[in-house]
Amino acid sequence: MNNLIFSGRWSPYLVGSLIGILSWLSFIISKKPLGTSTSYARISSRLGAIFYGDKVYEWKYYKQYKPVLEWQIMLVIGIVIGSFISAVLSGQFSLSFIPLTDFESFLNQNILGRVFSAFAGGILLGFGSRLAGGCTSGHGISGTFQLSIASWISLIAFFVGGVLTALLIL
Amino acid sequence: MESKLRLFKGLSTGIIFGFLLQRGGVTDYNVLVGQLLLEDFTVAKIILTAIVVGMIGIYFLKDRNIIELKPKSGSLRRTISGGLIFGAGFALLGYCPGTIAGAIGQGSIDALIPGLLGIVTGSFLFAAFYEKFSDFIDKNKFKVNTFPELFKINHWKIIIPLSVLIVLFLFWLQSIGF
Repeated sequence: MNNLIFSGRWSPYLVGSLIGILSWLSFIISKKPLGTSTSYARISSRLGAIFYGDKVYEWKYYKQYKPVLEWQIMLVIGIVIGSFISAVLSGQFSLSFIPLTDFESFLNQNILGRVFSAFAGGILLGFGSRLAGGCTSGHGISGTFQLSIASWISLIAFFVGGVLTALLIL
Repeated sequence: MESKLRLFKGLSTGIIFGFLLQRGGVTDYNVLVGQLLLEDFTVAKIILTAIVVGMIGIYFLKDRNIIELKPKSGSLRRTISGGLIFGAGFALLGYCPGTIAGAIGQGSIDALIPGLLGIVTGSFLFAAFYEKFSDFIDKNKFKVNTFPELFKINHWKIIIPLSVLIVLFLFWLQSIGF
């Protein structure tokens, strides 16, 4: 048991199974599937309001997704905490700006390149997840296992777009 | 604002989820980008295992009326174009919306500052786009949300063969050295 708590990496099959079980519990306890990307949309109205004023709260999208503290935002905050705990226990916590990687490119090995790739990638990720209606967890795991048609198409499109782009730029 | 109990439930679920993501290795830029370059299949193994375990349990609980499903609706135009844009962003940033939170917890500042700011900006741009083009975006929604409804068959007739297929695929991946 001690070995499991401090070991750096668990088998992906163990982690996948535990995420599956966590999904059951989430449905039973919170009546909600695991998902994250809607939280960023809720928060985004606050950022927009700084530049464009309070009128953004009247936008149709923000009428549907109000900027309130709710279950899923807490879940995202929880992910930060849980990952921090895990990283500290396994001795993997380290502050870094440029990822240590074998897939070297100016997009990830130079501060300006990394600021550009992370920011531009983030914009596409934020926009794409809102258009598709979910992300790797909301569509990719929670949606697919409910056999949602939209989620299976989205998951396939995530990987088609991701693999093609990665092969092109890295 | 939701009740304190409900917020606490979200936070606790997130802590476990974040722990698992970190321990699975998927808060690491290399593992995520490695998947997209088809060199490391950790992400696929975790997602596919979670789908099998999740699917069997969720439909078992649903059959006993313990839970209610919440499948997402969508349309071809939204899922295909949104999915491809998402994928391109995933490759550039090297994290997705859930794993970026885990990467932040692990100390990745590129996730915390430019990455997170990008996601929030992109979400805001979508809200602005939706304000102008919501009629176009919302057109041609799927009439039903799930495959059992689409094919008009019992869900277990999909769950069982799909689970077998996924398990066989995972064995095959392992057998060719991934």
